[in-house]
Amino acid sequence: MSVDATTVRRIAHLARIAVSDDEVAPLQGELNAILAFVEQLGAVDVTGVEPMTSVTPMAMKKRVDVVTDGGHARDIVFNAPETEDHYFLVPKVVE
Amino acid sequence: MTSLNELTLAQARDGLKAKDFSAADLTRAYLAAMEKAKVLNAYILETPERALDMAAVADAKIAAGEARPLEGIPLGIKDLFCTHGVTTTAGSKILETFQPHYESAVTHNLWRDGAVMLGKLNLDEFAMGSSNETSAYGDVISPWRRSGSDTKLVPGGSSGGSAAAVAAHLCLGATATDTGGSIRQPAAFTGTVGIKPTYGRCSRWGIAAYASSLDQAGPIARTVQDCAILLGSMAGADARDTTCADLPVPDFEAAVVRGVKGLTIGIPKEYRVAGMSAEIQALWDQGAAMLKDAGATIREISLPHTAYALPAYYIVAPAEASSNLARYDGVRYGLRVPGKDIAGMYENTRAAGFGREVKRRIMIGTYVLSAGYYDAYYVRAQKIRTLIKRDFEEAYASGIDAILTPATPSAAFGIGEKGSGDPVEMYLQDVFTITVNMAGLPGISVPAGLDSQGLPLGLQLIGRPFDEETLFAAAQVIENAAGRTKLPPAWWA
Repeated sequence: MSVDATTVRRIAHLARIAVSDDEVAPLQGELNAILAFVEQLGAVDVTGVEPMTSVTPMAMKKRVDVVTDGGHARDIVFNAPETEDHYFLVPKVVE
Repeated sequence: MTSLNELTLAQARDGLKAKDFSAADLTRAYLAAMEKAKVLNAYILETPERALDMAAVADAKIAAGEARPLEGIPLGIKDLFCTHGVTTTAGSKILETFQPHYESAVTHNLWRDGAVMLGKLNLDEFAMGSSNETSAYGDVISPWRRSGSDTKLVPGGSSGGSAAAVAAHLCLGATATDTGGSIRQPAAFTGTVGIKPTYGRCSRWGIAAYASSLDQAGPIARTVQDCAILLGSMAGADARDTTCADLPVPDFEAAVVRGVKGLTIGIPKEYRVAGMSAEIQALWDQGAAMLKDAGATIREISLPHTAYALPAYYIVAPAEASSNLARYDGVRYGLRVPGKDIAGMYENTRAAGFGREVKRRIMIGTYVLSAGYYDAYYVRAQKIRTLIKRDFEEAYASGIDAILTPATPSAAFGIGEKGSGDPVEMYLQDVFTITVNMAGLPGISVPAGLDSQGLPLGLQLIGRPFDEETLFAAAQVIENAAGRTKLPPAWWA
């Protein structure tokens, strides 16, 4: 499979990465090189093979459903580009 | 007298304990070496004041007879590990000003054991790369050069700063991470030792995530013993990482001297890839001979799905990366670039904050996870991963204790030499290391000699799950037989 310029723009939008017009062609070439490389996986017989979900045979650790931490609002918003009263600020999303 | 930064970690530890020198002396020796080595660009951020404060604490502990396992040992930290109050960039512009208010589990363990932080080490952006040329903070230059040449070489990647700093004696050891070869390949390129432990041996908590089912932390150091000492402190159970194994940490240092008598070492025929250089083949044969001379049995084995590991990785890893890196949206931390609406803000932030390789991998990941392609790419790759793991399980079930392979297809290459047009050319660097991540196994890279141009080459040993001890034992045999690589003359100082 290979991607065309329209698909490159669609993927970029899905990935929330702005691409300029002159970036599309090089990206298309690079993505197609990778897709051509992974194409060889089609040759493997995977009939009856389970997809891997855990690389080590272990049950997922679980913890008791209780509050274990909290009271760190200042730490949490410390690195935010814009905040107000310990809230993250984002551009207006609802008119 | 030997300069203090010439000592191995084990020697430095013993010298500190014997009060031959102080932790402050040792730290100052490293800070002075770092000062002269700026051209290597191994450190993104140096933290000399913090280092001297930590060294003073270490000296007080030693004086009080309360020395901890790594008391006063100066280390470099790959800038993928979050360090409390110390800028952590992950090699990306998007995190240029990020100051974590928490400490990664691995670095916490190192400070708990008395280690001293010299600074944060350069890396490929979000650990995506095999040459340390994707960092937003510039290329790392290897301390090694080809004989009679001043061509700048790459230190490998993604832990290029870690490997270069250890090789050039700018730290006694370093933390690193390995998703497809990012500890072992740079270790091989710089004549250092690096181990990627079993998936789950070290907590991933507080390490900027690349591909969560493959990422694993480990040390790079100048000797096998030093690596064993560091891993002993880095590893351990952690409730905050649900994939971190609830297992006790073995005495890795004790395992180093076990030898290989009675062990069976597998040589996988599929690793004899087309176009392998005669030099790499010879190195591999020599490594097998070294283990045989030390009492191991050598047996050819087959890992039939080897060739599919690399392409399957370039589906699984980008898919996980596209999900993990969705968090960099300009809202909670990092760079924000305004847009006409919130989606525009996301798109502009990520366009400005991520470099080319990161964008490429996010986009591949987005594509293979998108509607209509998920089964054809992602599910198929995960099935192939099951087959790759099964190959190893069958080899181990047949009585193989560890597997010997080359670490890299070649010695270090020049900056700008690879991957400029076709990204796959760079991806092929990891052909021998990537299977190990796909199967969650431990792997160690140990220097085994120099090529015809005087550059270090490494061999890789792959072990059973949670059997790093056998890897340390076998790697020590190779280190003893091959001798430690002769350090590059300090052309930079």
